[in-house]
Amino acid sequence: MEIKLPELSYVALVGASSAGKSTFAKKHFLPSEVISSDYCRALVSDDENSMDATEDAFDVLNYIVAKRLKRGKLTVIDATNVQPHARQPIVALARQYHCLPVAIVLDLPLNTLKARHAERTDRDFGGHVIPRQYKTLKRTINRLRKEGFSQVYILDNEEDIANVKITREPLWNNKKHEKAPFDIIGDIHGCFDELVELMEKLGYAVQRKADTFEVTPPEGRRAIFVGDLVDRGNNSPDVLRLVMSMVEAGTAFCVAGNHDAKLLKKLNGRNVQVKHGLAQTLEQLEKEPEEFIESVKVFLRKLISHYVLDDGRLVVAHAGLREDMQGRGSGAVRSFCLYGETTGEIDEFGLPVRYNWASEYRGKAMVVYGHTPIPDAEWLNNTINIDTGCVFGGRLSALRYPERELVSVEAKKVYAEPVKPLHLSGNQLSAQQEHDNLLDIADVTGKRRIQTKLGRSINIREENSIAALEVMTRFGVHPKWMVYLPPTMSPTETSPLPDYLEHPAEAFDYYAKKGIQKIICEEKHMGSRAVIVLCKNEEVAKERFGLVKSALGMCYTRTGRPFFKDEALHQNILIRLNEAMQKSDLWSTLNTNWVVLDCEIMPWTLKAQSLISQQYASVGVSGTLALKETIDTLKIAQQRGLEVDNLLEEYSMRNEAIDLYKNSYRNYTQTVNSIDDIRIAPFHILASEGAVHTDKNHEWHMKTIHHLCESDEKLLFPTNYKIIDLQNDTEINDAIDWWVNMTEKGGEGMVVKPYDFLAYENGKLLQPAIKCRGKEYLRIIYGADYTLEQNLKRLKKRGLGRKRSMAMREFSLGIEALERFVKNVPLRQVHECVFGVLALESEAVDPRL
Amino acid sequence: MLLKISTTHQPATDLGYLLHKHPDKVQTFDVSGGNAVVFYPEATNERCTVALLVQLDSIDLVRKLKTPSTSLMLHHYVNDRPYTASSFTSVAIAKTFSSALNGTCKDRPELVEQVMPFEVTIPALKVRAREGVLENIFEPLGYQIEVTQHPLDEVHSEWGMSQYVSLKLTNQLTLKDLLSHLYVLFPVFDNEKHHYISKDEVEKLIRKGGDWLQYHPEKEFITKRFLGHISSLAKTALTRLIPEEERLAAEQEEAQPEPEKKVRLHQVRLNAALEQLKASGAKKVLDLGCGEGKLIRMLIKERQFERILGMDVSYRELLKAKSKLYYDRMSPRQQERITLIQGSLMYKDARLKGYDAAAIVEVIEHMDEERLDAFEQILFGYIAPQTIIITTPNGEYNVKYEFLDEDAFRHSDHRFEWTRQQFEKWAMRMSEQFDYQFNITPIGDFDEEVGAPSQMAVFTKN
Repeated sequence: MEIKLPELSYVALVGASSAGKSTFAKKHFLPSEVISSDYCRALVSDDENSMDATEDAFDVLNYIVAKRLKRGKLTVIDATNVQPHARQPIVALARQYHCLPVAIVLDLPLNTLKARHAERTDRDFGGHVIPRQYKTLKRTINRLRKEGFSQVYILDNEEDIANVKITREPLWNNKKHEKAPFDIIGDIHGCFDELVELMEKLGYAVQRKADTFEVTPPEGRRAIFVGDLVDRGNNSPDVLRLVMSMVEAGTAFCVAGNHDAKLLKKLNGRNVQVKHGLAQTLEQLEKEPEEFIESVKVFLRKLISHYVLDDGRLVVAHAGLREDMQGRGSGAVRSFCLYGETTGEIDEFGLPVRYNWASEYRGKAMVVYGHTPIPDAEWLNNTINIDTGCVFGGRLSALRYPERELVSVEAKKVYAEPVKPLHLSGNQLSAQQEHDNLLDIADVTGKRRIQTKLGRSINIREENSIAALEVMTRFGVHPKWMVYLPPTMSPTETSPLPDYLEHPAEAFDYYAKKGIQKIICEEKHMGSRAVIVLCKNEEVAKERFGLVKSALGMCYTRTGRPFFKDEALHQNILIRLNEAMQKSDLWSTLNTNWVVLDCEIMPWTLKAQSLISQQYASVGVSGTLALKETIDTLKIAQQRGLEVDNLLEEYSMRNEAIDLYKNSYRNYTQTVNSIDDIRIAPFHILASEGAVHTDKNHEWHMKTIHHLCESDEKLLFPTNYKIIDLQNDTEINDAIDWWVNMTEKGGEGMVVKPYDFLAYENGKLLQPAIKCRGKEYLRIIYGADYTLEQNLKRLKKRGLGRKRSMAMREFSLGIEALERFVKNVPLRQVHECVFGVLALESEAVDPRL
Repeated sequence: MLLKISTTHQPATDLGYLLHKHPDKVQTFDVSGGNAVVFYPEATNERCTVALLVQLDSIDLVRKLKTPSTSLMLHHYVNDRPYTASSFTSVAIAKTFSSALNGTCKDRPELVEQVMPFEVTIPALKVRAREGVLENIFEPLGYQIEVTQHPLDEVHSEWGMSQYVSLKLTNQLTLKDLLSHLYVLFPVFDNEKHHYISKDEVEKLIRKGGDWLQYHPEKEFITKRFLGHISSLAKTALTRLIPEEERLAAEQEEAQPEPEKKVRLHQVRLNAALEQLKASGAKKVLDLGCGEGKLIRMLIKERQFERILGMDVSYRELLKAKSKLYYDRMSPRQQERITLIQGSLMYKDARLKGYDAAAIVEVIEHMDEERLDAFEQILFGYIAPQTIIITTPNGEYNVKYEFLDEDAFRHSDHRFEWTRQQFEKWAMRMSEQFDYQFNITPIGDFDEEVGAPSQMAVFTKN
């Protein structure tokens, strides 16, 4: 005997104690597939036979089974299951997870059972138990199908039990092995002429042959019909004929639609209401020969509710399908596929109110469906409804997969009047943009793991998302603008030179050791980091970014806050930048109408005035006061002959240091009265339509930006840079001199990057940039007198590991956010990345690095 | 940080005996955060000056010293602590001049009670308080003071004056009193402490300042600041700082009833919200933006409310709320009744569904007007409870607050403060868009011209 188990089933072994269930299970299933009630009893009570632990044991058992079924794992329950009330939860659990409940009954004669029991030492219950179980089973064995088991196998002798062969079969809906490309065609409803036109537009050659069709698809392509072939339209029989011939020929798949199912019922003589266009179909079919009707019946009966195709990347169902039902089989799955999810309410047109399952869809597979006529096919969360209401005078549409390209033909006439007008939404935003107006907290909080294209999946700890939620909520710009957040940047390794904490040599060394030959050194500006999302015109904010209000863009800080408090100034900056983009022709060169720029905005005073007053200037003024008085006092003491020479010398040095410190912060404190005092230094053109510019090297970025800067030399500030060959000592020394020169004049320092935006060593991504800060600049980081020997010695002990790891993770996430935005994914997928950057920023790391 | 104390008492070198430090030596002592050098730049019979040079190590301050996280500058290498008189100076005084501060002098005990002319020089003192505070505090103690103010940066005169002053004090008093004044007052002006504050600090304050502080007109200000604004500690200290004669008088008058306290505006607001929640008949209620849980503590007393959910975006506030509710010690049944979650009104959140009423008390003004649309759709469209109660300040009332500049808001985080008309217009839009009825009432003392300080809208779903 052969038992063909559906690959997704919940198998109940049924039989009295000693019937050999455990032995049977061991022989035919993986140990992890079998969950035994005895084992669960032992788990909760240390005793396999403890009857008073039954309830708790079954709680555990059901919990484990539920987890397995949820994950799509075949599971076997090894318990006696002889009583109907014990079997009822098995059927219920299988249904809940849309798996097939299967019963395998081991129905051996009572004498055999008794004999086996007598030999056992591990069962200490009395002799009356087995006969009672035996009797219960016998009484109910014929009710198993009625109880809901999809398949029932009864093995009533030892030989059958020994010889049974168990095989596993994929579900009918499992077409994962059928690979792209496909052309998925929406609800036809008997619109035969439009169907032929669409097929031809898609490149299919359609030929009528006697009472069938011969359809030749373009090389390698196949069609998939989303169902509702019939009703309302003028030629349902030919639609059926064409689809049937293609399915027959293996050039198409077809899933069932609710109209198709209803037609089948009617043809089978069942009593259905002849409404919603069924009358036309029946009338048209009356002219058809009996054999055709019979073949239609066979065809319709065989239609499957949905298909999972292309390695699980594509799901086609008439009314769509939730993730947890995909590839599963149950009455609930079938009815979801046919009718969708409804709330039970009726709307003002007398139609059932549909629950928009797609708005909550988070699945990996693309879902293509129809059923509800809409004016335009629109993407929402990787799902698309392609029923563009042909029969109601709309269009017949097809989706080319995997190209995601829509192809449609206009209806030749209005075949039926829709109950609800097709063009009702007056929305300017797309369905996805509308949906993205509200983000869900469940998509950002808690412990998270984000897969990035740069190869790493990044873990976000719960405590860090807690911190990010507050910052994002209270201070963040609109999430639709926040398509990127910049990463932190690591400094160089600490310099061994006596007077330096940081020096370019170590930055060069880092890249040289990683096998990088060409690097770029960019002047580092001391201002405030800003990300600027800039639109070509105000409409782009609506069209591409999905904002309700038109705007020219958004300038925000590295933690996602609005950069400018003064909105008028903000607008003026955006206007000027836009003009510069125009003038430099960059909008057309980049072939885009939006761009994301990574910038430094100067002067520092613009954002940091209160920090400068409260911290930097305060330390300066108090330092001078205290140190001057100390020196004067020490001098008097010295004149008295006290031993204070060393102290005096030290305080003189500290006094010089505080002056240097003051000069250092003053380098960055130009007063801002108007836009004329503001300078913007862009240094990366991060992304524009269709492209994240990480594939261009930094020379391209610098040159393109220099070109942009020429268009507005008052506002825009080109960054000086040098490209260095790390095998050329002259170039290296030149670069070091350049850095010394720059930093002595008050420059912050420089950033060293590999020439290519993304650089790898043995497939491992390298630090995208390393900063090397000037000796004087570092006074405002490490304190005025950090250069004193006793201080520098201690400060040189600093660990960079954490900072570097953080820089890498944030960089990967930031780029991932852009990649996703460019791909037009739902906002939550972009948002989770920038939210992640913000979360990582709350990890504790030395803020001076 | 340098502190100089001079005297012209004859012979002036008696100062050396009092301080128990020889005038011809340069001595170094370990103190918290670094060391202190004591030396005498002058030591003649006519005039003697002691200098206390507190040398803080700014690297150790960051890397080694455990300091309260509230103090921002302490965690940076760029730090004024090494330069300005602060709690570090107080601790250094207590360490190096402990006998003088405690009023003992082994060799010349008679000097302890000797009143002498003193002059104190402090080159840099950070004064974080309104103008005149130096005078108000030092003058009642008999000091003449000379204050020099300094600009934040001589190159940037437009930045204005700094918080630092150079101070010269002269007075006739005992050294013990002088040191105790300085010990108590440095951290008071600076308004920051580098160490955690516990009950011990109350003892220190009473011990060092008890004699003079109880009569000082700024007693409360000094006490509160010395005790880091921890109100329970300040209360304890202040009760103990009531002068003997006042205490006796108070005991005789004990029977006098206390004047009725004015109920604070926030309490009025919460009472109003509570009344509306009760009147709505709601059983399951949301307190969105619950902060430290004041309203929740009122709600749990009402049997009507079967389920209470408090949400705030700040995790720290929630922890406070949890501790003030004694949540961990509640019975399981009580715990089941109350849910506290971190959440945001900018994200839809399934946990907020299924409640009858929501109170959003003084929350909306903390959101950018630009982003209110998300809040509106989530509250009125997605959560959509039967009753919604929203309170927000009435901006018109601000003219009544003297401390507010024109166009300023009551709280630095307020993004807007609507007029009555603006609030009504918004409420009207909500009611039309989401099918609610509403009713707005003033909250707090009503003024004919500008209305009440706060306003409350109650929305009911049609």
